[in-house]
Amino acid sequence: MLTLECPYCGVKAEETELQAGGEAHLKRYGPGASDEEFEGYLFMRKNPKGVHFERWRHAYGCGKWFLAARCTATLEVFGTYPAQSTQPPVDLQAKIKAKRPNWEGYK
Amino acid sequence: MAMRRYSAFAIAKEAMSYHLGWERAWGSPAPKKKYDVIIVGAGGHGLATAYYLGKNYGITNVAIIEKGWLGGGNTGRNTTIIRSNYLQDPSAAIYEKARSLYETMSQDLNYNVMFSPRGLLMLGQTEHEVRGYKRTVYANNLQGVATEWISPAKVKELVPIINIDGPRYPVLGALYQARGGTARHDAVAWGYARACSGMGMDVIQQCEVTGVRTEGGKVVGVDTTKGAIDCDKLGMVVAGHASVLAEQAGFRLPIESLALQAMVSEPIKPCMDVVVMANTVHGYMSQSDKGEMVIGGGTDGFNNYTQRGSFHHIEETVRALIETFPMISRLKQLRQWGGIVDMTGDRSPILSKTPVEGIFVNCGWGTGGFKAIPGSGWAMAELMARGQSPLTEEFSMYRFREGKFIDESVAAGVAH
Ligand SMILES: Cc1cc2nc3c(=O)[nH]c(=O)nc-3n(C[C@H](O)[C@H](O)[C@H](O)COP(=O)(O)OP(=O)(O)OC[C@H]3O[C@@H](n4cnc5c(N)ncnc54)[C@H](O)[C@@H]3O)c2cc1C
Ligand SMILES: [Zn+2]
Repeated sequence: MLTLECPYCGVKAEETELQAGGEAHLKRYGPGASDEEFEGYLFMRKNPKGVHFERWRHAYGCGKWFLAARCTATLEVFGTYPAQSTQPPVDLQAKIKAKRPNWEGYK
Repeated sequence: MAMRRYSAFAIAKEAMSYHLGWERAWGSPAPKKKYDVIIVGAGGHGLATAYYLGKNYGITNVAIIEKGWLGGGNTGRNTTIIRSNYLQDPSAAIYEKARSLYETMSQDLNYNVMFSPRGLLMLGQTEHEVRGYKRTVYANNLQGVATEWISPAKVKELVPIINIDGPRYPVLGALYQARGGTARHDAVAWGYARACSGMGMDVIQQCEVTGVRTEGGKVVGVDTTKGAIDCDKLGMVVAGHASVLAEQAGFRLPIESLALQAMVSEPIKPCMDVVVMANTVHGYMSQSDKGEMVIGGGTDGFNNYTQRGSFHHIEETVRALIETFPMISRLKQLRQWGGIVDMTGDRSPILSKTPVEGIFVNCGWGTGGFKAIPGSGWAMAELMARGQSPLTEEFSMYRFREGKFIDESVAAGVAH
């Protein structure tokens, strides 16, 4: 069972308390964007076998959205961080890199 | 490898020599240097594609490359529901083609796939669901797919063990496809593998594709754990690993990989001879020939490649089904397992050319592709051999950019 620590209330929440929200750090495209950009924004989700960054909501806790770094090949959780971040925190990236030397880094 | 026919006569003949004369059903050759076509993934869809390349187009210099074992992916992990009662015309065309091919598959392959068209019910348990399914019945009638809307009394007659009174979700009727049913999943993979091997194709197991080689925007071969192999055309048919393979070839797919689980109970005496899907409460059930109740539910909510799902989903599924089938509340569950399903945004598959010349992709069957195996293989073989197929036209990977979705989020219902 997946357990994520909510970065706001500090609760170690197990999965039934959480709601998955898909890929994190999506760049929103709107009017004026190319068809390809808009398709990417709507449908082309990252689907790596390995390190992945996601949105989660502490649905049955404080109710807030946060972000998490996980490994989809092992279910290991690397860490969680506030939803306001535009990219994964540097120290978290370093921690992941130490554990997964072959990881290409956040793209 | 020449294929010896299975028959009552062959069994009698082998009995004379203590059944020691049976040969292996398929070969396990080392890879050749080059093939006309390489199919990655020996699940049902990959094997069926290879089979129809040979049968319909005479293309037999083909290798089917599998990183694990035959049918060890979703094909050997699914709950084997077969039906074609979808909403949109392109879906009806390919799923109905598949269902009709299932009817003669055992004869065509000379291999018993235990196809059992026992009938299938999708319960209507809310007013919205009733309206949705009635609409599907009207669409099916126009498409030439035989389905009907039946009353709660008829449901009870077909499924004596069902509780139609609720309390929370009373059964208000059902979408009934009398020719839907189940088949033996492993046998489908094995039957195709044997037929492919019989046509001289190489089924290569325990061999993972680790890279795709291209030259000037065209595919020239693959790297594998058994060395480099060249090819003129490449079919990627790897379900939950579609994104990984596409990345090796340098393009992206609108796919996310999620865990989907199922389970079987201890065997009990025959009690239900149809398939029942309860989409509102999110569970479905059928009884296997061994007497086990085969139960499945919905996917987990997050990306996952581990073939392991979360326990609370099992709990939810079972809780939902106990309300509808009170008699299963004391059943022990024997086994539970997961598979990695390849989900698209409109819940419809992708059978398509790709940005790389010579590479074709067949994926996105998600939670419901077992039923589609023969139709998908038929269509994919046509696409790969002729460059186009009327059955795959609408299922291009570019439909998302164009907004031409084949929305089956209602008909796909519960994950099945
Ligand atoms: C629990 C569960 C229940 C289901 N219930 C139903 C149902 O009732 N009815 C229904 O119609 N559908 C159902 N499905 C869906 C159905 O199982 C799938 O859609 C279908 O089996 C997909 O077949 P496939 O051949 O595309 O994929 P798979 O059978 O998964 O085959 C893909 C193969 O590719 C191989 N592969 C992957 N990467 C590589 C690589 N790099 N190199 C070499 N080989 C590779 C894998 O090992 C695998 O064997 C269910 C699925 C699950 C998980
Ligand atoms: Zn919280």
